[in-house]
Amino acid sequence: MSVVIDRLSVTYSPGAPVLRELSLSVTAGEWLGLLGPNGAGKSTLLKAIAGLVDHTGSIRLRGVDTASIRHRDRARCVAFVPQEPVIPPGMTVAEYVLLGRTPHLPYLGTEGRHDLSVASSALSLLNLEQFANRSMAALSGGERRRVVLARAIAQQADILLLDEPTGALDIGQGQNALELIGYLRAERPMTIITAMHDLTLAGQFADRLLLMAGGRIVAEGPAQQVLTAEYIREFYQANVEVVSVNSGVAVLPIRNGAR
Amino acid sequence: MSDPATGLEPVRLRWGWLVAMVVLLLAAMLAGITVGPAGIDPGQVIGELLGVGLAGRPSTLTSIQQAIIWEIRLPRVALGGLVGGLLSLAGASYQGVFRNPLADPYLLGVAAGGGLGATVVIAMIPGAGSILLPLAAFVGASVAVALTYAVGRSIGGRSAVSLILAGVAVAAFFTAVQTYILQRNADTIRQVYSWILGLLATTGWREVLVLIPYAAVCGTGLVLHRRLLDVMSVGDEEVDSLGISALRVRTTVVVLATLATAAAVAVSGLIGFVGIVIPHTVRLLVGVSYRSLIPISAIAGAAFLILADLAARTVASPAELPIGVITAFVGAPFFMVVLRTSRRYVA
Repeated sequence: MSVVIDRLSVTYSPGAPVLRELSLSVTAGEWLGLLGPNGAGKSTLLKAIAGLVDHTGSIRLRGVDTASIRHRDRARCVAFVPQEPVIPPGMTVAEYVLLGRTPHLPYLGTEGRHDLSVASSALSLLNLEQFANRSMAALSGGERRRVVLARAIAQQADILLLDEPTGALDIGQGQNALELIGYLRAERPMTIITAMHDLTLAGQFADRLLLMAGGRIVAEGPAQQVLTAEYIREFYQANVEVVSVNSGVAVLPIRNGAR
Repeated sequence: MSDPATGLEPVRLRWGWLVAMVVLLLAAMLAGITVGPAGIDPGQVIGELLGVGLAGRPSTLTSIQQAIIWEIRLPRVALGGLVGGLLSLAGASYQGVFRNPLADPYLLGVAAGGGLGATVVIAMIPGAGSILLPLAAFVGASVAVALTYAVGRSIGGRSAVSLILAGVAVAAFFTAVQTYILQRNADTIRQVYSWILGLLATTGWREVLVLIPYAAVCGTGLVLHRRLLDVMSVGDEEVDSLGISALRVRTTVVVLATLATAAAVAVSGLIGFVGIVIPHTVRLLVGVSYRSLIPISAIAGAAFLILADLAARTVASPAELPIGVITAFVGAPFFMVVLRTSRRYVA
């Protein structure tokens, strides 16, 4: 499902817009990586696409303006995984994953057989069957990430928005999380937009990168074009060296000044 | 109906626990009707209730015993059950929509508003008691919550925290006014105080009949929201991303739970601890899903308050203790034991 955004602006407090007349398009099945320093507007852009913040300008999903569709229908198209998902204490993995069926149920309805089978295939897709009856509180950080992804998969949305999918994970878990997203995309076609801080991983996994600063898009394209030492110095105020590796580019932070 | 491929079970009502609570409730009712200064044995009570009440056979009891059962004890047990059920239901619902384990039915100013309403009637209109008092308590409670809601919206838009803070401010203000009125009418302190501690006094079936419509509407409405209360546990933003308006769910549930609380407060004063102890205890028994929690809490709350009332009128007989004293005296230590034995929920 394609996403086309035209002159999108979001303002939380008057006079200080977080997104400024931003336009972009994402083709169906593409993985777009959003980059940018803290406060650039990455999370806000994801939330705007998910319909969680008021905005001006238009967002079209497969050509349909989101202003004209109901909130629930939008949730059937767009699944959003926040940076720090709320983990309800005491809830089991199965109960949590079933929450992903909410947009498909009547307002006061409960899950039926079909919802159970969708949730159980989401669990098996992420290799979580053995956790189904375990409490969310008993899982490790990496396992929780997978359960949260399973909930998003159970939502059966074509567009998956992930805010910092590797945040708070160690290097191995972070890599696994992204491999998993790549695997999910191969299993069922999805458009994926991730906001990421790890530039090297973003460059290796996303099809296209979009660098944001101050609520605007400042660069976009493949990793080689966006991940340059100049851009990173200008927008992150970071001193880095960008090196070519087999799978793309790697961004290495370099200490300023002499040791 | 588990899924054959993975054995995934649907989230549903825990029937075993529901039946157990219903049995407890029936036992509590029987005890409530049987125990009292006029000794009537349980067999006779059951015979009277089933034989006369259901089958329409002539009674084997004296007319005094009949009057004690039908006009004094049964209405009182029914009232205790309704009040306990409503308070417990409201507490569980508030805890769900505010995602706050400390939320109780009196959170948003219900207690202070009801207290002010009752105080005004007791202090200013002597002798108006039994008709005007519940009405004034109900109006006071409703006004306080409406005010809390308006203030909450104006300071923090949609957030749950702003509503809770507004409740604190409104409650403080109403309590101040109430204290002022009390201080100017010191002779009424005793009467107001006994209302504040809660009292299940009945005049035949009137109070019960007043409560039944509220119990029916609020009970049905909240049970219908049981799955949405589960959804609410992931936080407003994620609830919205699932296509449900968290604000709409919270508003509806708060209105229903407040109506339930205000109705209970109007006929029984401020009975503390039921709305917080019962839902937490039930949560530890049946799990955190509101699909079990809502109905089972209501039944457990009913049983608890009937037993508490039984204690209130027998422990110091012939004097009667305020039921709020019993619920806190029994409830608080029991709650501590419950929390100690199962720490998984708290952690």
